[in-house]
Amino acid sequence: MEGCSPSPPFSAGAFQVAGIIASIIDGVLVGAVYGLAAMGLTLIWGVMNVINLTHGAMIVLGMFALYFLTTGLGLPPYGAVPVTIGLGFVFGVLVYWIAVHRVIGRAHLMSLLSTFAMNMVLIGLGTALFSTSPYNVPVPLSGLTWKGYTFTGTHIMAAVLALVIAGLLYLLLYRTRIGKAIRAVADNRDAAELNGIPTTQVLSFAFGLGVALAGVSGTLIATLFPFTVLSGGAYELKSFIVTVLGGLGNPAGALMGGVALGLIEGVTTPFMPVSWVPIIEFVLFVFVLILFPRGIFAFARS
Amino acid sequence: MTAQESSPAVEVAAPRSKAREWFGAILRQPFICLIALVGVAFAILPLWDDNVQLRESLLLAAVYITLASNLNIVLGYAGYVNFGNIVFFGLGGYVCIYLVNEWQWPLAAAAVTAGISVSLLALVFGLGILRLRGAFFALATIGVNEAVKAFVANFEPWGGATGIYLSLDVYEPLGGPGQALWIVYFLIVAVMAASLFLSYAIKTSKFGLGLLAIGENEDAAAVLGVNTPRYKALAYSVSAFLTAIVGGLYFFKTGIIEPGGAFDLTRSIEAIVMVMLGGIGTVTGAALGAFFYEEVRGVLLTTEVFSHFQLVIAGLLLLVIVLFAPAGLMGFVYKRWPRMRRLLQ
Amino acid sequence: MTDLLEVAGVKKHFGGVTAVHDLSFTVRDSEILGVIGPNGAGKSTVFNVINGVYPPDEGRIVFKGQDITGEPAYRVARRGIARAHQIVQPLATMTVLENCTVGACFGRENLPLARAQEVVREAAEIVGLTDRLDQLAGQLTTAGKKRLELARALSAHPELLLLDEVLAGLNPTEIERMIAVIRRIRDRGIAILMIEHVMRAIMSLSDRIVVLNLGGKLAEGTPQSVARNPDVIAAYLGEAEPTPAGMVH
Repeated sequence: MEGCSPSPPFSAGAFQVAGIIASIIDGVLVGAVYGLAAMGLTLIWGVMNVINLTHGAMIVLGMFALYFLTTGLGLPPYGAVPVTIGLGFVFGVLVYWIAVHRVIGRAHLMSLLSTFAMNMVLIGLGTALFSTSPYNVPVPLSGLTWKGYTFTGTHIMAAVLALVIAGLLYLLLYRTRIGKAIRAVADNRDAAELNGIPTTQVLSFAFGLGVALAGVSGTLIATLFPFTVLSGGAYELKSFIVTVLGGLGNPAGALMGGVALGLIEGVTTPFMPVSWVPIIEFVLFVFVLILFPRGIFAFARS
Repeated sequence: MTAQESSPAVEVAAPRSKAREWFGAILRQPFICLIALVGVAFAILPLWDDNVQLRESLLLAAVYITLASNLNIVLGYAGYVNFGNIVFFGLGGYVCIYLVNEWQWPLAAAAVTAGISVSLLALVFGLGILRLRGAFFALATIGVNEAVKAFVANFEPWGGATGIYLSLDVYEPLGGPGQALWIVYFLIVAVMAASLFLSYAIKTSKFGLGLLAIGENEDAAAVLGVNTPRYKALAYSVSAFLTAIVGGLYFFKTGIIEPGGAFDLTRSIEAIVMVMLGGIGTVTGAALGAFFYEEVRGVLLTTEVFSHFQLVIAGLLLLVIVLFAPAGLMGFVYKRWPRMRRLLQ
Repeated sequence: MTDLLEVAGVKKHFGGVTAVHDLSFTVRDSEILGVIGPNGAGKSTVFNVINGVYPPDEGRIVFKGQDITGEPAYRVARRGIARAHQIVQPLATMTVLENCTVGACFGRENLPLARAQEVVREAAEIVGLTDRLDQLAGQLTTAGKKRLELARALSAHPELLLLDEVLAGLNPTEIERMIAVIRRIRDRGIAILMIEHVMRAIMSLSDRIVVLNLGGKLAEGTPQSVARNPDVIAAYLGEAEPTPAGMVH
């Protein structure tokens, strides 16, 4: 993991340990962003039982949004964050009405295919427009040095922003009327409808929210690492792992799961080549699914 | 079954009429005749005037029909979206090519071995990942494909990232490259016909009924007594068999196999589009969808624009089908002419 | 009369909620055992434990002398326990005939496809769906779907039939017809364990009744004795009280 280095003088052995600790802390910081991304996925899943296979594409859109907002419009990087949230929301509502609305009641496999098809279209268009070359958004932010460790400013900022946005989501879900409506529809759509809640609108709102979360997490990731049109896949996989770890439809669990995943990455990445990480994560994914189908936190609770 | 009066004349004729009876039963299934007809047509048409271009075009169509029909068993009958179905195709290709190139095995033996070994592997794998429901399974299949691709790319005996180039002398036992291509073509057509027959046989069997019940409502099926884990794993494994064989034959004909082309996710997804286009869960649909998609794609690929947007167009097509015509072509046909449902499957 | 099914000491909880605690009762050969109780008493949970939807946390289920606790649903079905669900689960895009064929082929007798037809016709006849065999299950009326649940379960030739509120949502005429059907099923020697809220029906059909409340057994006995039981009456205050008229048969 880039971004941390202990300053000398440390002996070679201590250097290794120090490097690993730094890597872990770094991983936890990035993990908060993973958690944010997963919150978007788990929200949609929990509210309307749809697995949004455009999730990866939405993350990528957030990444490119940062690029174009900073280079094209000259916005400061962190100024682009609220803009991405707004854009992501609008785009999410659009995707809902195009690809999701008609398939909501039908067999699960239909919503899988429709969101997947949408994903294909977006990634295909993206590849045609932007090719697969890497993009980068340099963010000049000085780091923090503490007891000889230096932590990249961007990592800290990303984690902080992720927590802030998660907090805002919590407020929205639990302190506003629309949040209450979302929770009601998630619990029992028919009952909510009978109670006068316009469930279709609520569903589209929730979908927009989920996509906004995915998009803004992409934006935050773009402040940390370079990206390409095809980067979404790896982060989508991470979101799935986190969602399963935290339990379906459980945003708080998603955040915790994200941090946990970041931790795991921080521990393992010093010891293996980067290209192996997706394979390890995939194995972890299948493992967790088979052992804890309802999420590790649900398991721990019972 | 009419009671037969026992008389010397009838008894003497018994063995012959038994065979005739069995044969007649098969022929009386119009759909099987249809499959045979299609197979014969595929075989004869390019042979008629030695039309190599037609043969190549039909060969691709036959390959895709095979892919789609076998995919239909898991996707259409049991309702499990196998995004990574191409892994059977690629693995079958690799096993067959390896046996032919390194060990000088005859093609037929290599292809069949590929089929058996890949379907056994699928059985083992399937028992694991088929515990996952819905999207988890779907994503896991992509993961399987990517993992296998990554593994093969690092596997030196199979040529690693560059793959295997078939030396020309593997075509000698078949009478030289020119003749070999024809023989492989006929073999592929035979595998295609076998795939159509297999998916038909399954659909009209008790096994197929169980799969369809699983696809309809897996929990209800379990309560009704369908051994869902075993059935799903069997379906997954069976769908791998002929797919692997046709992969072996296809790459033998192509002469080269490398990880990217063998485990091409785009092709995998196109197989799904074909099944959906033709009509999910129907034997005819898988064949028609594959045929039409492949023919149109062949034409469009020559245009610059399309090759860039292949994924986009496939995605749009899938989206439109799922949103507006989820039952595909055959769904439309059955609605318009309900009696066709009896005739075609 | 021997014990066909024995439920012994079954406990089941979900998260912090105990749905069933220490429940024990038996079902005898060829009897109709009714299960009643206020909502949330744990009735459906018991059914789920019996037919293998999930295992109990503690306790045993013994069927025909064999311990079947924790066996998966399909194995329980193969042993001869069939179920008609409260929330109907038709295989919607398949016909009535095909639905019942699934029951026949994967039920107790594990029939091959060819032999299923006559079993299905028989089951359809008992239930009254003979003229609807070719109709798509999804297009049936609610009453029709309920009858399909029964026909499908019957096609499996079970020895024990679990009926989960099969009378819910039916009008009085349909209820009368269902009651007659249930009687016809019992006449064939099939034991029935039925959950029901329609009091007069369950009181008139059952040989014995088990009353559940808050996850435990409140009372057990003949319909008359249960109806007179003051604890049972108290438990039902706030729900529809079983009227004297409904209990005399």
